[in-house]
Amino acid sequence: MKYFLKSMTILFTLALISCGGGEEKKEEKISIGQKPKVETKTEAPTSNEVPASQRITLDNKGVGKIKNVELGATVDQAMVDRGANLFKTNCTACHKIDKRFIGPSPTGILKRRSPEWIMNMILDPKLMAEEDQCAKDLLIEFNGAAMANQNMTEAQARDILEYFRTLN
Amino acid sequence: MKIYYSSVLALFSAVIFLTSCGNNNGKSSGGALNSSNAEKVYVAPGEQDEFYAFMSGGYSGNLTVYGLPSGRMFKEIPVFSQFPTSGYGYSEETKPMLETSHGFIPWDDSHHPDISQTNGELDGRWIFINGNNTPRIARISLTTFETVEIIEVPNSAGNHSSSFITENTEYVVAGTRFSVPIPQRDMPIKDYKGNFKGALSFISVDPESGHMDIKFQLMMPGFDYDLSHPGRDKSHGWFFFTTYNTEEANSLLEVNASQNDKDFIAAVNWKKIEEYVNNGGGTKMPANYAHNLYDEDTHMGTTTMKKEVLTVDPLKVPGAVFFLPTPKSPHGCDVDPTGEYIIGNGKLSADLTVHSFTKMIDAIENKKFDGEAYGIPILKFEDVLAGTVKSGGLGPLHTEFDGKGNAYTTFFISSEVVKWKLGSWEVIDRKPTFYSVGHLMIPGGNSRKPFGKYVVALNKITKDRYLPTGPEMEHSAQLYDISGEKMELIYDFPTHGEPHYAAGIPASILAPKSQKIYRLDENKHPYAVLSPDQARVERKGNEVHIYMSTIRSHFTPDNIEGVKVGDKVYFHITNHEQDFDVPHGFAMIGQNSSELLVMPGQTKTSIWEPKQVGVWPFYCTDFCSALHQEMQGYVRVSPASSNIELSWSLGED
Repeated sequence: MKYFLKSMTILFTLALISCGGGEEKKEEKISIGQKPKVETKTEAPTSNEVPASQRITLDNKGVGKIKNVELGATVDQAMVDRGANLFKTNCTACHKIDKRFIGPSPTGILKRRSPEWIMNMILDPKLMAEEDQCAKDLLIEFNGAAMANQNMTEAQARDILEYFRTLN
Repeated sequence: MKIYYSSVLALFSAVIFLTSCGNNNGKSSGGALNSSNAEKVYVAPGEQDEFYAFMSGGYSGNLTVYGLPSGRMFKEIPVFSQFPTSGYGYSEETKPMLETSHGFIPWDDSHHPDISQTNGELDGRWIFINGNNTPRIARISLTTFETVEIIEVPNSAGNHSSSFITENTEYVVAGTRFSVPIPQRDMPIKDYKGNFKGALSFISVDPESGHMDIKFQLMMPGFDYDLSHPGRDKSHGWFFFTTYNTEEANSLLEVNASQNDKDFIAAVNWKKIEEYVNNGGGTKMPANYAHNLYDEDTHMGTTTMKKEVLTVDPLKVPGAVFFLPTPKSPHGCDVDPTGEYIIGNGKLSADLTVHSFTKMIDAIENKKFDGEAYGIPILKFEDVLAGTVKSGGLGPLHTEFDGKGNAYTTFFISSEVVKWKLGSWEVIDRKPTFYSVGHLMIPGGNSRKPFGKYVVALNKITKDRYLPTGPEMEHSAQLYDISGEKMELIYDFPTHGEPHYAAGIPASILAPKSQKIYRLDENKHPYAVLSPDQARVERKGNEVHIYMSTIRSHFTPDNIEGVKVGDKVYFHITNHEQDFDVPHGFAMIGQNSSELLVMPGQTKTSIWEPKQVGVWPFYCTDFCSALHQEMQGYVRVSPASSNIELSWSLGED
């Protein structure tokens, strides 16, 4: 027990010291807040690792019940309208069309992801984040903000996918 | 050194433990029996219970939900009491639920839950429960497990012989325990006798919506109406109420209300009275009572004050009301699954009195009367008596049934449950309870179709059953396996508040229809934000309305400026999650109420009246994701004289 107390005291003192150290160098403290975004992303994976959000994984259908999606030659406007509405209500808290927000922007997503992957991600984000490498990497890239399951039906997810086809 | 000692100690006790286990397995059959009892109540991790049990919360004013056989508590449903855990009774939407003719009442004493029935069998749509102190009846949805309606009962006091439902949920019945002047007036208490009345209220339940409405109140003599149960099957159409204090004493009832050798069970033919009322019978009298209804589409409760109630004088409907003499201040009034036997649990007696419905009808038809009380015929005791259970116990209170021809009665004074046979009245088994048992419950035990696998004894005294927790102990419940000839005590578990009665139902009826989320696209709350771009802040004089949305893990907006000291700030929070079991909480520093717990797709409103200038944070109280700690925001509060414009933002927006 004494041993334990002793080591705790040492640890605690160390913690105090390191805290104090941080506050002394104010400039560095600010850089700690910013650098990880810029530096570690480019440094840690080193060289040519592309962030998950920009990676192109069109061959990957993801994990889940959607195995095959046929896209029509032209977009179906009725589906697009429904999809846009659903997206607005259920998704815009985290996904913005024009920029990355809590999660990535869906603009141009069909150039990077397969239709099946997109629908699987909408329908079961938890399973995807556990079993799909790309979804796992996205979770890390976006600070661990896990995507919410919005309880969409397959038809609703399909409508949202159709809407995404119009976002280029 | 100490570490060394404790590890030796641990090793030593482990050895003892292992050894003793070995010994038990080796020799005594008692050990084997105990282990099979353990298996009976063991619900393995990840597995689910066979029954739901809804225990009244007594003086907590609420209703608790347990699993059987595990005795695990799943939920406390706020009914008559404010509940800071969810914001019930604090949020703007639910405050109306606790309105009464006496104003806002944040508490009651909840007693007797009863699950809705169709054809005398549990249908699991709603559960009703009475508020005893300020007479009210609540209806709770068994899809959302939320209180959705509360109706106040006028002309009633000590709403105790409630809330019991007829076998197609035509009525939920609420009888008064205390008789009072009707209408209420300033008069000497000693003039009680002959002047006070006891109102028995028949509250109709809409078969589709469940909405309650007082159909009529039967104005009975000024006795105490203690408990009641509906007739069923052959006796459907009748309702039975136990009475005590037929002496009409107004003081020291402990002595003065125990003078008569027999009190009564009042038998009420409600179908006859219903017909009388439908043909224009009865007298409308002015009244004032609250009807509080929660709209599941707008997520909003509203109060309507009702100004009139229909009363019925029992003497105006001949053949509708009779008294069955029943010994010794009967407490529980229970009807067996066939509807033939009406059991009076004479609480000052050793015996149980069982009346026969068939004999009662015969006595009525042949006018076998033994006088009258205030003009109501008293049937001859011997002509309605089916039998007496000579149990040898003391202080019978309540009886339930297993659907296999057996009845189970609690004896408060002798602390036991006695199993006896309907028809032969013989005692089959008796088991002690720990201690002083009040009610007992068999799932469906108060219907045509009981599920006679377990009986739960709801004890009033706990004493040494659990680790002591100061002078106050939670009440103990005990679970008995009743599948065999003899009852077997298999488990103890604590219950919250003081459960008076309980209602159980197979999980297979309720679990599949339990609601998981509120759908956002069905949210009709007038202050809902259905997409984040509707989030905004509006000022109306000194009222500031913040339309806010939540999703893992941020508020939209999370920075708000332009609020001033003296403003009344309404946070209207819509949870945009659509996933099961992902509520978000909301708490604002210095708020004079409680947090809100907002279910997926739901909108709730909370008021904050900032009194101090500064920048004040709010946060999510329900751990919602790995980034839950980041779910926070600020409101800037400026002096009342400030001219800072309202503004709001999230991120760079």
